[in-house]
Amino acid sequence: MRLVAVSRSAVSIGMSPGLTLADARARQPDIIAVDIDRQADAAWLERIADGCDRYTPMVAIDGTDGLILDISGCAHLFGGEEALRDDLVARLRRLGMHVRAALADTPDAARAHSRHDGSAIGALPVDALELDPQDTQALRRAGLKRIGDLTSRPSAPLSARFGEATSDKLARLAQGRDIRITPRRPIPALILERRFAEPLGHVDGAMAAIEDLGVDAAVRMDEMHRGGRRFEARLFRTDGLVRSLRIETGLPTRDVPLLMRLFAERMDSLNDPIDPGFGFDLVRLAVPVLEVVSPLQLQLEGGAIADDELARLVDRLSTRLGRHRVRRLAPQDSHIPEQAVLAFPAISAIDNAVWPEPEAGEPPLRPIHLFDPPQPIEVIAGVPDGPPQRFRWRRHLHEVVHAEGPERIGALWWRRADNVGLSRDYYRIEDAKGARFWLFRHGLYGREVETPIWYMHGLFA
Amino acid sequence: MRESENILASLRARIGAIEGTKPAVGGGLFTLGLAALDARLGGGLPRGRLHELFAAEAGDQATLSAFALLLTMRIGTGPVLWIRQDKAIRQSGLLHGPGMKDLGFDPARLIEVLAPDEQALIRAAGDAVRCPEVSTVLIEPWKAARSVDLTVSRRLVIAAEKSGVTALMLRAEADPAPSAAHSRWEIRAIPAVPLDANAPGHPAFEIELIRHRGGLANFRQTLEWDRDHSAFREPALSGALVSIPARGSPSPQPARLSA
Repeated sequence: MRLVAVSRSAVSIGMSPGLTLADARARQPDIIAVDIDRQADAAWLERIADGCDRYTPMVAIDGTDGLILDISGCAHLFGGEEALRDDLVARLRRLGMHVRAALADTPDAARAHSRHDGSAIGALPVDALELDPQDTQALRRAGLKRIGDLTSRPSAPLSARFGEATSDKLARLAQGRDIRITPRRPIPALILERRFAEPLGHVDGAMAAIEDLGVDAAVRMDEMHRGGRRFEARLFRTDGLVRSLRIETGLPTRDVPLLMRLFAERMDSLNDPIDPGFGFDLVRLAVPVLEVVSPLQLQLEGGAIADDELARLVDRLSTRLGRHRVRRLAPQDSHIPEQAVLAFPAISAIDNAVWPEPEAGEPPLRPIHLFDPPQPIEVIAGVPDGPPQRFRWRRHLHEVVHAEGPERIGALWWRRADNVGLSRDYYRIEDAKGARFWLFRHGLYGREVETPIWYMHGLFA
Repeated sequence: MRESENILASLRARIGAIEGTKPAVGGGLFTLGLAALDARLGGGLPRGRLHELFAAEAGDQATLSAFALLLTMRIGTGPVLWIRQDKAIRQSGLLHGPGMKDLGFDPARLIEVLAPDEQALIRAAGDAVRCPEVSTVLIEPWKAARSVDLTVSRRLVIAAEKSGVTALMLRAEADPAPSAAHSRWEIRAIPAVPLDANAPGHPAFEIELIRHRGGLANFRQTLEWDRDHSAFREPALSGALVSIPARGSPSPQPARLSA
């Protein structure tokens, strides 16, 4: 076991990452060692990144312990770049974090400054290039110890000797080549926000602020003849915690009362209620994508034609129960019964699928209820490859009176690595009481398996 | 004179409300397609009301589902919401689109709502019944479902009368409890008239009226579903050696030998 991270006081007594725990204990018997929890670290970093959304929408996570913010065009809102940095550092210090922050023209330069000592870019050690250890070693052996030693030389011999990556990295670090960061989330089409000098101490106040923002957003969208299908309200707490409320509608909309109903619905369905803590000092409403909304058609006697009541119902239920709990069925091109139907959220765009028409005069050939996975049953058949005579399902014995089959459905052997798969022989069964079942025998007797297993796959009307 | 007319009108309204037989807004009656049965029901069953369907036995769950689905086809052509509970899916399986199509129901009409518990189911049902664009709401609580009581059914009925949505309550493995439903039926599967080569035939049901707000007497009726005409018909006598129906049923089914 080795040390992965050490505290400041541990550094002062000579501990460093990479030291074995036994060595560390030998030097200082009373150190406190805790197992590393990388997931918790990542979650914490995500939370901090969420909190940094208040400065700019362009936030990227850098490694396991860093954040990069692209503050182009945002700094003036906070009184300049230095003021923004100081505000950020102060907020994080209040959470008890040690922070190193740096401002630079490119993401790479900012990263190098925050992670390595040195006042100017030229004074940074070559480690700041973050090359392979071998390459760094080679640079040092050649006497190139600082970035300044590299920038003063022509780049062609450098890349010839140390590889294209070295000169490329150098250009990004010291010569202003700007590689844009990839933000954690795409930039929404519309963002509206409201800041509060005095934090809002109650959730109702925050909801009122969301409503205000919604009205503003509706005006903006109305001018563009656009509407949104997804909305996200984010509540920034003063201590850096951010709570999001996301809603979705089936049709693009800019109807504020409707949005507020959905937000209230979402608020009710939260597992852990929103805790305002010391208050929210920033409320933001984002519309990720705008879509065209045609102007409403009005009825002669007044009021809009209410042909979207059903869509509203689906929105409401999807918001309350979750989008996968309100669903429609679509046919799939597969002969495997359980793969012939796909259930998709009713709130997503609907293409009205056409189901194959059954043959006239035929009784139903597919069950109305399907078990997935099929349930194994005990069957007694007259001959091993014949229809069943009686079977036991859920502790009840059923006497087969009428049977039709087999309908043989082959396996998708061409999709399997070993090119085999058991065929299924399906039987439509009616028992003495009149209940109708769909059973299958898994595997052809004598050709694929020795003792085929029977399954109950569905129930007929 | 005028005053007494007013009193009379208000009394009529009150009695009407108690009787609950006034046709709903978008309502009217829906028929089952079998003339004798419809006549017995006084023209059919009203839309915009709550009807309860009970499975006669635990094994009749699929029969119950199918019968409810067939009723939705008789009720209208609009969207159908089927509100189920997670537990019911574990017990009785997923709704299978091709099977519905085989009964003549277009699965594109269906919106399936999965409720995690009884309370969510009741709330979703309340919302669905208020939406006038919906044709029928199928509510399928799991087993006994104690919280689905008289108050809940009364609320559903009031909402249904206002919006004209027909609500069907599907109860498998549950005992009838007081409710505001307009009618209550018990459904069981019966042996179908077998087809050639001893194959199971068209879906056959026995339905029993066990309660009716209009005061109809209880009765039983056997039915067979005729998909090609989207109507119920009387099954040909099963076990008969000759295929000609004994009572000259209006069955359009061509004569055929049974087994």
